[in-house]
Amino acid sequence: MIAYGPVATPTAPLARRNPVAKLAAALLFSVLLLVTLDPVVPALAIGVELAVAPLFGVPYRLLARRAWPLLLSALGILVTLTLFAAERTGEPLVAAGPLVVTTGVLNTGLGLALRLLAVALPGVLVFATTDPTDLADALVQNAKTSPRFAIGALAAFRLVPLLATEWQLISMARRARGVDAGGNPLARLRIFGSTAFTLLVGAIRRGTRLATAMDARGFDSDTPRTSARQQRFTWADTALVGGAVLVAAGILAVSVALGTYRPVIS
Amino acid sequence: MSAVELRGFGWRHAGRRAWAVRDVDLRIEHGERVLLLGASGAGKSTLLAALAGLLAEDSGEQAGSVEIDGLDPREARERVGIVFQDPQTQLVMARAGDDVAFGLENRGVAAAEIWPRVRAALARVGFPYDLARPTAALSGGEQQRLALAGVLALRPGLLLLDEPTANLDPAGATAVRAALRAALDVDTTMILVEHRVAEALPLVDRVVVLEAGGGVRADGPPAEVFAAHGAELAAAGVWVPGPPPAPRRAATPAGEVLLTADRLGLPPRLAPTDLWVRAGEALAVLGPNGAGKSTLALLLGGLLRPGTGRLAATPALAGRHADQPPHRWRAPVLVRRIGSVFQNPEHQFVTGTVRAELALGPRRAGRTPAEVTAIVDDLLARLRLDTVADANPYTLSGGQARRLSVATALATAPRLLVLDEPTFGQDRRTWRELVDLLAGLRDAGHGIVAVTHDADFVAALADRTFHLGGRPDGQAGEPPGGGPHGEAA
Repeated sequence: MIAYGPVATPTAPLARRNPVAKLAAALLFSVLLLVTLDPVVPALAIGVELAVAPLFGVPYRLLARRAWPLLLSALGILVTLTLFAAERTGEPLVAAGPLVVTTGVLNTGLGLALRLLAVALPGVLVFATTDPTDLADALVQNAKTSPRFAIGALAAFRLVPLLATEWQLISMARRARGVDAGGNPLARLRIFGSTAFTLLVGAIRRGTRLATAMDARGFDSDTPRTSARQQRFTWADTALVGGAVLVAAGILAVSVALGTYRPVIS
Repeated sequence: MSAVELRGFGWRHAGRRAWAVRDVDLRIEHGERVLLLGASGAGKSTLLAALAGLLAEDSGEQAGSVEIDGLDPREARERVGIVFQDPQTQLVMARAGDDVAFGLENRGVAAAEIWPRVRAALARVGFPYDLARPTAALSGGEQQRLALAGVLALRPGLLLLDEPTANLDPAGATAVRAALRAALDVDTTMILVEHRVAEALPLVDRVVVLEAGGGVRADGPPAEVFAAHGAELAAAGVWVPGPPPAPRRAATPAGEVLLTADRLGLPPRLAPTDLWVRAGEALAVLGPNGAGKSTLALLLGGLLRPGTGRLAATPALAGRHADQPPHRWRAPVLVRRIGSVFQNPEHQFVTGTVRAELALGPRRAGRTPAEVTAIVDDLLARLRLDTVADANPYTLSGGQARRLSVATALATAPRLLVLDEPTFGQDRRTWRELVDLLAGLRDAGHGIVAVTHDADFVAALADRTFHLGGRPDGQAGEPPGGGPHGEAA
């Protein structure tokens, strides 16, 4: 089964921070980095992110396992842009027949690939260290999100692992009815569609039943909801968010000082 | 404590022609414990939903009145708790304690008061774990006890139970009934809907039987109701207390071997298992939850690739395909030899009407249109599905859906039929029909394998039992012909 819960050491100093603070810090940090196109800013950001990973209690092995699809797509961007980018500015570095790699192309490709990693890694860190229940609680208590949304999404989320089991069962049931694609890709597509439809019908029925059960326990009542689990937003949480903004600003300042800063909107 | 008063009550769901329930006059006093009975489709679940205040005014049409302590049930929601059939869709939170706290939070109970009430509710149902226990790691019976705790923590005056044990194995169902018996106090009025009357009787002091066409057919102390109406209730599908149904034993000894499993397994779901399946024999596979019974059914049905060992079909079953294991066969080859019936019938429905559903298998297996029509008409009549031939399979009642799923497996005339919990949640009438149908197939030389928890079903049909995960079985006997492959050669 897929693990959705936190997988890192829960007592690490930053892992213990309020989930909303972690989410806000990650978002602000990422957004600030998006204002420039140069490779220096995301490279520095990745450096910072790797440096704080132990403070979140996330071992590098775990981070690599969680982030490998990201690494793969970053590599894909780099290769594609290097080979096929239309704009070939700068000094030629490699010229092998029709293949010409210039400094400009490499710069843009590297910039994009690094940006992808730099923007996504904070999210990986936050979700590896945050329990979904705590996140929903903090969203309701500290970010004044509607419980109908936060708790509802949390409950729906719990049904997700069931879908994988359900898909396997429906596929086997199709075979038991004499339906298989053999080697025909069109038939395969049709069976995929009808399996997905059956899955969807089942998911809607289950979702409706869950919603009824939740309302039967007063989820739809007008009484203001209390919280059994307290989430606190302390000075340390404020410091985490402030720190994220300061570090991001510092990185941008370094880029400006080095003269590599290329604003997205100029 | 709550009292219930229904006067000429009826409800018709929006867009339906027929009333789900109608003309019900009923008064239930404070602290009474009522068993609510009626054939499938008599409107028991709709009545409970109405009492729980879950029928929104714009979702249908109401006749007469329904009141709880003189209030509209929609206004009396805080006095009522309801436990449904399916544990999976009642638990909201990831941890057991949080789930019980969920209802208390919704009612605005002060944070300091929540956890003592959570602990008290869990103790009342005999929940054996601590508050942080992941709800996903609980068995069905434990989940259902947790759901009950979540409702009891709200201290309802009226407790509604809609077949709370229908989805559970016997051990889980017994634990839930024990929890109910221990948890009920004189302050709680209870209405229980349950097919299996004998097991439910110790929990109740009054029986109310709804008439399928509307109204109340019988009402009173259990002994009086069953003395006066036992036979007609049994005919209508209710499991009234009494002697177990008559068995249907095989008239002739079992025939040739159809399938042999040699160290067949799929870690971690099923440990290596040796088994053989014979023609003209009904084999019941028993065992506790988690022993891998359903996995074994899927493997025997040629639907899963074995993880360990091998499954071999004999030429008697597979003809020229016997040199390949069943999971490698193309689906049209498979369905003419091994039919599988899943625990949840809805997983198997592929088309938009009952008729098309029955025609699918034979058409896939290469029958001519005339043959397909003949097969479909025969099955519609035999399994009492002719009245719903053009209905969508998803709209069928539980009993109809079960009969259809069995009929679809029979449509391709497989020599071997593998069924997973075929009698789960069925009323007595469908149960009897299934036993007779399967006994007839066995006597005609088909092999039957049924994974089941249903002791009555085993007693009525099984010629041989096989216990998974645990104790060796005395009835299994020696492999036929000196070895599992003896008669196949």
